[in-house]
Amino acid sequence: MLRYSLKRLLSLGLSLLAASAVIFLAIEVVPGDPASYMLGINAQPDTVAALREELGLNVSAFERYITWVTGMLTGDFGVSYTYRTPVVDMIGDRIMISLPLAIYALTLSTLIAFPAGILAASKRGTATDVSIMGATQLGVAIPNFWFAMLLVVFFAINLRWFSAGGFPGWDKGFFVSMKALTLPAISLALPQASILARVMRSALIDTMNEDFIRTARAKGLTKRQAMWKHALRNAMIPVLTIIGLQFSFLMAGAIIIENVFFLPGLGRLVFQSISQRDLIVVESVVMLLVFAVVLVTFIVDIAYAAVDPRLRGRS
Amino acid sequence: MQFVKAALRNRSFMIGATLAFIFIGAALISFLWTPFDVTKLDIAHKLQKPSALHWFGTDHFGRDIFAMIMVGARTSIAVAVVAVGIGIILGVPLGLAAAARKDSLLDEIIMRTNDLVLAFPALLIAIMITAVFGPSVINAIIAIGIFNIPVFARLTRGAALSLWTRDFVLSARVAGKNQTRISIEHILPNILNLLIVQGSIQFSLGILAEAGLSYVGLGAQPPIPSWGRMLAESQTMISFAPHLAIFPGMAIVLTVLGLNLMGDGLRDLLDPRLRRSRT
Repeated sequence: MLRYSLKRLLSLGLSLLAASAVIFLAIEVVPGDPASYMLGINAQPDTVAALREELGLNVSAFERYITWVTGMLTGDFGVSYTYRTPVVDMIGDRIMISLPLAIYALTLSTLIAFPAGILAASKRGTATDVSIMGATQLGVAIPNFWFAMLLVVFFAINLRWFSAGGFPGWDKGFFVSMKALTLPAISLALPQASILARVMRSALIDTMNEDFIRTARAKGLTKRQAMWKHALRNAMIPVLTIIGLQFSFLMAGAIIIENVFFLPGLGRLVFQSISQRDLIVVESVVMLLVFAVVLVTFIVDIAYAAVDPRLRGRS
Repeated sequence: MQFVKAALRNRSFMIGATLAFIFIGAALISFLWTPFDVTKLDIAHKLQKPSALHWFGTDHFGRDIFAMIMVGARTSIAVAVVAVGIGIILGVPLGLAAAARKDSLLDEIIMRTNDLVLAFPALLIAIMITAVFGPSVINAIIAIGIFNIPVFARLTRGAALSLWTRDFVLSARVAGKNQTRISIEHILPNILNLLIVQGSIQFSLGILAEAGLSYVGLGAQPPIPSWGRMLAESQTMISFAPHLAIFPGMAIVLTVLGLNLMGDGLRDLLDPRLRRSRT
């Protein structure tokens, strides 16, 4: 188990290193000099040169890459070209919205998907199953930002239960803030819940066809008991994989949803930085999101190996 | 003939194919005819509710929503088709090569690069490409296409690996065919069904992705009509003109739903062995 974990940890490190190189190279080829962009078209050449020096743009690309990577390892993400504030502070403020939003959405999605999937599997072939599966087909097909707009029309404009967007800030109270995140979280959760419910259902049905369930039934358990006691735990493996994958989709999906609700999260920070050519912020946010994805995959892998010893030998 | 009969009996395939063909048809017809000119502004008739003349109403410039949806279908379908094409053309050969040389350095490089690309959510790839090259339809296609490559490479490798252990491949090797010929002549035809099914799924994901990118302004730029941008433009007017948001949204939902149902149906029709996975 330790060997396996170390091996996975090594591959996690290598993926991050490769990802950082790709991100850096991609952003490096951007045409246009951040320094002249910041100073405008009328800037004197020597002013631009001085700013380039100040921003550390005069050293070679390789040196800048090393500075960037080693900086990130020590929690120093550099200084924003536009705002002259540390990138880590900007990200820190924004992540306090994006991360809770992703977790909120993941919780909602799981709370909807588990009962729906289990119900559909246990009533397989009935009208209940058909309607749940029909609903999930629809849920997968609805773009989450459009669903978000419909939620705004219905719950914010017509019923006035929620505000149509914006974020009061955590210092205004936990419930007020969570309320502001509720419509965004619902719209993020809908497609994910639909996928998760389908996976839950098919995993459970597959497991119910296994020999050990027949054995459990043969020793006298009812179908219901066999499902809750034996099948559900075994069906969790594919379900956990999907939950792990969904986290990354939620972080990325939040980028679009934050725009619908005018939430000052990482997504809006990225768009703002792109339009202001604040590339160091773009690099850092993209790297952070990739880190989140790779880390979650790593945790899921380790969790598997802990649950299922057969997986330790593989990959 | 038997296939056609089975297809006609498969309900999800028929519903899905009908929906998909309505939108593909609308896109094709829009080249020859649209009820109104989508580039002509008619401010006098702006923001009209749906009527016999303007079936889906008009937008804030007086443009006919029905006509814009027809033309927008072009953008969505073109982006998704090309993006899936990129995924297949690059991903399938990579997957075949990786499977033919299982556990070799080549296999290792291809699979690790796959993992790397998959670690970037598709939207992040799009954001990076936009940050570098600026927003456009072409860049949206590249962003969605890049994400499709590992999907097809991985699927192809997995399916090909199990075929390499089969007797008919062994016979081909005994007959002296090299790995490339076996991959093309024996492996590829046997995974074609799988590729068609995955292709229809990626097609629908591509439509959703294009809509999302255009919505945040990273995809189609004016004046190219796009469902995603129609939704973005409708957002500030949604409280007094909800039809601006409802019809483009419905177009996306129905197209994606149609393609997904068609994919499910195709899976049943093309490979009865896979039927278990759907139930």
